[in-house]
Amino acid sequence: MDYEIVIGLEVHCQLLTETKIFCGCSTHFGNPPNQNTCPVCTGMPGALPVLSRKVVDFAIRAGLATACEITPSSVFARKNYFYPDLPKGYQISQFELPICLGGHLDIEVAGESKRIGITRIHMEEDAGKLVHPEHEHGVSYVDYNRACVPLIEIVSEPDMRSAAEAVAYLKAIREIMVYLGVCDGNMEEGSFRCDANISLRRWGAPKLGIRAELKNMNSFRNVQRAIDYEVERQMDILDGGGQVVQETRLWNVDRGISMSMRGKEEAHDYRYFPDPDLLPVVVDAAWIEEVRQSLPELPVAKRQRFLDDYAIPLADAEVLTADRAMADYFEAVVKLSSSPKLAANWIMVELMKFLNDDKIDITQCPVTPQSLAELLSLIEDGTISGKIGKQVFAQMYSAADNNPRKIVEDQGLAQMSDSGELEAMIDEIIAANGDKVTEYQQGKVKLFGFFVGQVMKKSKGQANPQMVNKLFKEKIG
Amino acid sequence: MELYNCTLEELWQRLEKGEVSSFEVTRSVFKRIAEVDETIAAYLEIDEKGALIQAESADERRRKGDATTPVTGIPLGLKDLLSTVGLKTTCGSKMLADYRPEYDATVVTRLREAGAVITGKLNMDEFAMGSSTENSAFNPTRNPWDRSRVPGGSSGGSTAAVASATAIATLGSDTGGSIRQPASFCGVVGMKPTYGRVSRYGLIAFASSLDQIGPVTLTVADAALLLGVIAGHDERDSTSVDTPVPDYYGNLKQDIKGLKIGVPKEYFGVGLDPEVEAAVRLGCRQLADAGAQFADVSLPHTDYAVATYYLLATAEASSNLARYDGVKYGFRAENTDGLLDMYRTTRAQGFGDEVKRRIMLGTYALSAGYYDAYYRKAQQVRTLITQDFNEVFADNDIIVAPVCPTPAFAFGEKIDDPLSMYLSDILTIPVNLAGLPAISVPCGFTKSGLPIGLQLIAKPFAEETLLRVAWHYEQMAGWAGRRPELVTKAVN
Ligand SMILES: [Zn+2]
Repeated sequence: MDYEIVIGLEVHCQLLTETKIFCGCSTHFGNPPNQNTCPVCTGMPGALPVLSRKVVDFAIRAGLATACEITPSSVFARKNYFYPDLPKGYQISQFELPICLGGHLDIEVAGESKRIGITRIHMEEDAGKLVHPEHEHGVSYVDYNRACVPLIEIVSEPDMRSAAEAVAYLKAIREIMVYLGVCDGNMEEGSFRCDANISLRRWGAPKLGIRAELKNMNSFRNVQRAIDYEVERQMDILDGGGQVVQETRLWNVDRGISMSMRGKEEAHDYRYFPDPDLLPVVVDAAWIEEVRQSLPELPVAKRQRFLDDYAIPLADAEVLTADRAMADYFEAVVKLSSSPKLAANWIMVELMKFLNDDKIDITQCPVTPQSLAELLSLIEDGTISGKIGKQVFAQMYSAADNNPRKIVEDQGLAQMSDSGELEAMIDEIIAANGDKVTEYQQGKVKLFGFFVGQVMKKSKGQANPQMVNKLFKEKIG
Repeated sequence: MELYNCTLEELWQRLEKGEVSSFEVTRSVFKRIAEVDETIAAYLEIDEKGALIQAESADERRRKGDATTPVTGIPLGLKDLLSTVGLKTTCGSKMLADYRPEYDATVVTRLREAGAVITGKLNMDEFAMGSSTENSAFNPTRNPWDRSRVPGGSSGGSTAAVASATAIATLGSDTGGSIRQPASFCGVVGMKPTYGRVSRYGLIAFASSLDQIGPVTLTVADAALLLGVIAGHDERDSTSVDTPVPDYYGNLKQDIKGLKIGVPKEYFGVGLDPEVEAAVRLGCRQLADAGAQFADVSLPHTDYAVATYYLLATAEASSNLARYDGVKYGFRAENTDGLLDMYRTTRAQGFGDEVKRRIMLGTYALSAGYYDAYYRKAQQVRTLITQDFNEVFADNDIIVAPVCPTPAFAFGEKIDDPLSMYLSDILTIPVNLAGLPAISVPCGFTKSGLPIGLQLIAKPFAEETLLRVAWHYEQMAGWAGRRPELVTKAVN
């Protein structure tokens, strides 16, 4: 390709605080319209904002986790524009002096590690939501439940060079914010959303090309698709000798294309200025330290520790650390059982299958780490086979009985490892299949499987397969 | 003497002694309103029924021996930009002509808890933008001393009500002189506290970094009593300061010997009416007689104050007034075509000319490409103006100056010349830019019988000293409590 792709992302995270950023109203999602409101968040004349300390805590947390400097005195500014979902006619945000500056994040794409710069993180309030009822023509309603819900915006440097890098960065940011408990990371519901600034330039060109801003991409896949589409679009323009227009474009998921929303001429002049209703946000070293102490282990560090401590493959470590609760679950199981590898397999294959089928997450899993660990020790000591183990697990999951030992005992599922009993069974099978034994001994080795199968059938699957193999080998060579 | 003619201090003492009831006082005030408010037009809304109920419960409170305050049972009026549940709060604008707040401003809550009786809402320039109350969307208010003249503004209703005895005291708000200038025009006491001393929660904002609520009263002692009730930290206002409220009233009489008073030369320059200057100079001599030490001082950036103010105040206003868009409350234009047209028509019809002028000025000052030249530069000059005061206050306790270069002007005299109207605030604006407390105290009359005001300015949160000096001056000058002709006639 003749061009270098340059991408920067602006990520908005809705914070998981109980109350709004500038008033005491609940942030609870799904309440009837305008129930979570008060004079402050509906912009009543004379009402004033008061900053929630918790929001600052969360912003510092996000900043520390992405190696940012925390600004000792940051300033809220008003971003002025008119829209019915914006009750005051301005959004309280941060502009010249945001809470966090100059961080970075390492991502990995195709086995290569790359550092992406983070320009800034700032705090701001969300807007309300317009409701257009289907059956009432020419009428719209406004729901201010979401107005004043806290957000942080994380702005990257234009350091990404492909859609794959952009997605990797977005995934890494999402993973960290979810780990920190700062954001639930839900892209479909919009509590984690991103805008992408994309431009192309000829290789080696010192200046960045003219960029377009893409909005409305509500999944990782759509981010990838929208960027690919945009790169394609700009390339066609440049190849045709044209010039890219600076504009904001809206991604249309259904049609798989983006369309111009507004050009440079229609771009708002937001007339930012410091909000005189709020004092500068002063964060001292003690506050930063307090937040630092409360930071959880981050995914990258956890992944490395899993590799070092449990000797599981990298792919497993990645899956298990993708979710903090999942990682905690895994560690709880490992603490009580002797094989981390076995625990990893069971969680990733069996457990995740059940969770996915039920569309629930690990925190709602009916099988406790203790029960799973017990099941794994039954498998390891040969009491049951892996296959029976799956059967037992299904019963544990359906919560009929969470105690694997009891299930095995009650239903007589313990493996047959008694060599006398097995020998008798094998002798019987040899006697009943003399012709096949002869064929086997003449070289038709595939028949070995048939003999083993006969034993398993006769033992209702409870025969210890290793022992069966061993005994057959001894008897018929 | 009619009860409505009494000071707050007097009524408080008589109520405490049980000589009069709040019901009687309140009845008297409403009788007075009925007699004279038609000619003065200080009120936009009168709440006699509500007030009498509040008066009865204040009397009940005293009868039961429950704790009282100096304002328990006292009829007080409120500038119509203080949010009141149950009473319209119009801000002098068509935009909010029918707006009824769902919450009380913090000062209103404090007054209600203190047992005050709220008489009604007082006229003002629309969104507090103006110096004559001519910008009210509803009607002009007349100066009780000369009804052909303006009462000043923007708190013209608050000062005219006190001067015409239709309220015992009132609250106003001061962004660039909006309490002090009309107080001087109406011959009453008007005080602007330190920025952050009184909560702004529920005060409909004009310019958030400058607005401050303050008392308008007949005497300095009344101002001290009323400030004591409304001052104090409020967690709903981030800019309110958490510092103790001293006993302003109890400390008034401590002497002022040795206090240092500075006289800034820039405040006695070109354009100052000779009668105003003479009255203020006389006031200085009287204070000197009481033992204060005088010094000539300089506030060199005074000339830039008006320009600075009209950039910063309008910038903030352009944003503060964006919420009046016809979507949620207040006026919405009819028969509009789509969202943009609804915005445009609603704001074109809902705001008056002066408000629109200031929104445009402020929008311009914040616009891309102009921000540094105007808004940011004005903020830098604001710092210089504040430093001027800091330097003077390093050696002085109080600054003395006129309030306004001229006495009350005639209706229509300046309304078509915004610049000359803006310049009439030149002596009050620097105080707001620096966030200082200041007071206007009557200091005499012109030959034609118009009141003149003396301005005292103090260090941040030095209201106690400010009121003390004002009280001593008032005692010596002897202008306190003087009523206009109109009032005296009605009394007889
Ligand atoms: Zn709220």
